[in-house]
Amino acid sequence: MDQFVQQVVTGLSIGSILLLVALGLSIIYGSMGIINLAHGEFVMLGAYAAWMFQQFFGLGLFASLVPIFLVVAAFGWFIERYVLSFLNNRPLDTILATWGVGIILQQAVRLLVGGELRYVQMPSSLADSTNLLGVPVSAYRIFLFIAAVALFGLTWLLMNRTTIGMKLRAIVQDRSISASFGIDARRIYSLTFAYGAGLAGLAGALVSPLKSVSPEMGTGYVVDSFMVVVLGGVQSLAGTVFSSFILGEVSGVVAFLQNDTVAKALVLLAIIVLIRFRPDGLFTARIRA
Amino acid sequence: MKGAAAFGAFAGTGMPHIWMKNTDLAVAANGEIKVGVLFSLTGTTAIIEESLNKATILAIEEINAAGGINGMKIVPIVEDPASDPATFSEKARKLVVGDKCVSVFGSYTSASRKAVLPVFERQNNLYWYPTLYEGRECSKNVIYTGAVPNQQQDDFVPWLIKKFGPKFYLIGSNYIYPKEENNYCKKLLEKHGGQVVAEEYVPLGHSEFSSVINKMRSSQPNVIFSTVVGDSVVALHRQYRAAGLDPEKMPMASLTTSENEVAAMGGEAAAGHFTSAPYFMVHKSPENEKFVAAYQKRWGADKVTHFVSESCYFQTYLFKQAVEKLAVSDISPNAIRDAVKGAETIAPQGKVRIEPANLHSWLWPKIAQAKSNGQFEILVESPEWRKPLPYAAYPGQECTEKGLVTN
Repeated sequence: MDQFVQQVVTGLSIGSILLLVALGLSIIYGSMGIINLAHGEFVMLGAYAAWMFQQFFGLGLFASLVPIFLVVAAFGWFIERYVLSFLNNRPLDTILATWGVGIILQQAVRLLVGGELRYVQMPSSLADSTNLLGVPVSAYRIFLFIAAVALFGLTWLLMNRTTIGMKLRAIVQDRSISASFGIDARRIYSLTFAYGAGLAGLAGALVSPLKSVSPEMGTGYVVDSFMVVVLGGVQSLAGTVFSSFILGEVSGVVAFLQNDTVAKALVLLAIIVLIRFRPDGLFTARIRA
Repeated sequence: MKGAAAFGAFAGTGMPHIWMKNTDLAVAANGEIKVGVLFSLTGTTAIIEESLNKATILAIEEINAAGGINGMKIVPIVEDPASDPATFSEKARKLVVGDKCVSVFGSYTSASRKAVLPVFERQNNLYWYPTLYEGRECSKNVIYTGAVPNQQQDDFVPWLIKKFGPKFYLIGSNYIYPKEENNYCKKLLEKHGGQVVAEEYVPLGHSEFSSVINKMRSSQPNVIFSTVVGDSVVALHRQYRAAGLDPEKMPMASLTTSENEVAAMGGEAAAGHFTSAPYFMVHKSPENEKFVAAYQKRWGADKVTHFVSESCYFQTYLFKQAVEKLAVSDISPNAIRDAVKGAETIAPQGKVRIEPANLHSWLWPKIAQAKSNGQFEILVESPEWRKPLPYAAYPGQECTEKGLVTN
């Protein structure tokens, strides 16, 4: 029984990290249709920002979360404004452009701060483990779970309960008609991209105490994020949540019964088979095409 | 017209060269000796290979500052193979064929060494490989200055069994190095009455260890024997600590965790775990103090030295010693290899020697425990240097001067 609970909790934890990392991609991909291959590098920038705030300003992780969000969001805004906005309705070029941005970011970080692994300290209040339902769980992983759910809630509110969110949804439905109602699509797109990038940065900062910080760290995250978004269904925030936790539980259980190599292969295979039969993912939002 | 002018110039100034044999093959021309430095500066393993590049360059600069080799300067030609085996092979060819380097220092991963091997064997050049590796190789075109399994494990495994108990959990990254090390570890366990409770491999670059940690928790081994490499080491240690496991009861014993990885994971996550290697930064010797001080002065006070960068450093000095013995006209990869057989130098870890039969190195095994300040404390030092046995796990096979012999 204990082992079962342990495994469920592990799956939830893996899922919450997936959700954290995929949320920003889901917003950008879902609402703007941009396949952002630089997403992993935004995650990496967030982790490096956490390291820099700690190294040069002596700020702990909690204190630097808001500045990290703002810094990476500002960066995302810049990229949208001066690169991607020139490539409207050219999805293939956008893929290439974001890929290039990703490479530039990786090398820039390497040139500026060096290629070695960096260390971000875990907040000492969360460094130990606690008991949850009779099984020992890392306190920091519980915090990550709460953070992921909170950020999802915030994003949902932003999309569904604010004017900006309403305008964004209108643009997603039909860009030209919403423009004729006086919605400034360019501005909304820039803000959305900035918000998605900021979320990715936050995710990078939050996972960095559990994992490692290096210029290439984004590569793994961008693959995971796309798996989550593709499985969950584009344009469905709820789908992102469900697919994160499904992937977390499945890969956790398979890794426990077999090993992580098998888990990775099986999960990828399952997603390929699934999108063969449900090309839009598990949850499809109804929109006018 | 241009051709005629060139011929004129050649006839005027270059005439004596006609009488020198192999003019275009001369590797030590104009008081310079060209060597290749082939460590990745970009890509996934750049994290560690950058420090190998730095240690090699430091040694070359020191040698040149002290007057070079018989008055000749070593000129390093640095290439970036971008952590990609195919690029390694391409750059190696460029260094050997194009630049006519007389030796190349390079590689961290076994995959990249295997990729460049055909180049060095076909061109009959010399590759200096500084990394600890899995053994089972007997090339006459490679000088191996890192530890092989018998040098890291012969003392380590019995010591772990005695101190913590017989049940081992083997965890490694999924490629050849961890599998060969575990293969040897299992032989030692059998010999010393240990047992394997699990043997598991995670994908390279893996960073989510919760399920692995659950398995460790439920199988309760005495020792976690780790050959996980790269940034996965950092993730494994941090998540082990966050999950509340105790290094006093179930320590990780690693062949791959160096000061470099400890700096990235933080001392508190590393504290209490063990590593076996021939060199640690805290090792007390005048040579090591000099090495650490020079390294930090050249590359930054926050930089660490570790068991691979140390090999990079001393192998460059071994190269110098070998070339020093040769007349300028005799300098060739073959002559350097013959001159380095049996060569000895006082390395930071102690006196090392190149074994003439298999071109591997005699090294000084040490066992150390990581401390929360990010450094190690050396607990056991082998009283004698240990002979390299690259085929220790394969009885009946031996690497000799003539090549691999199977009895």
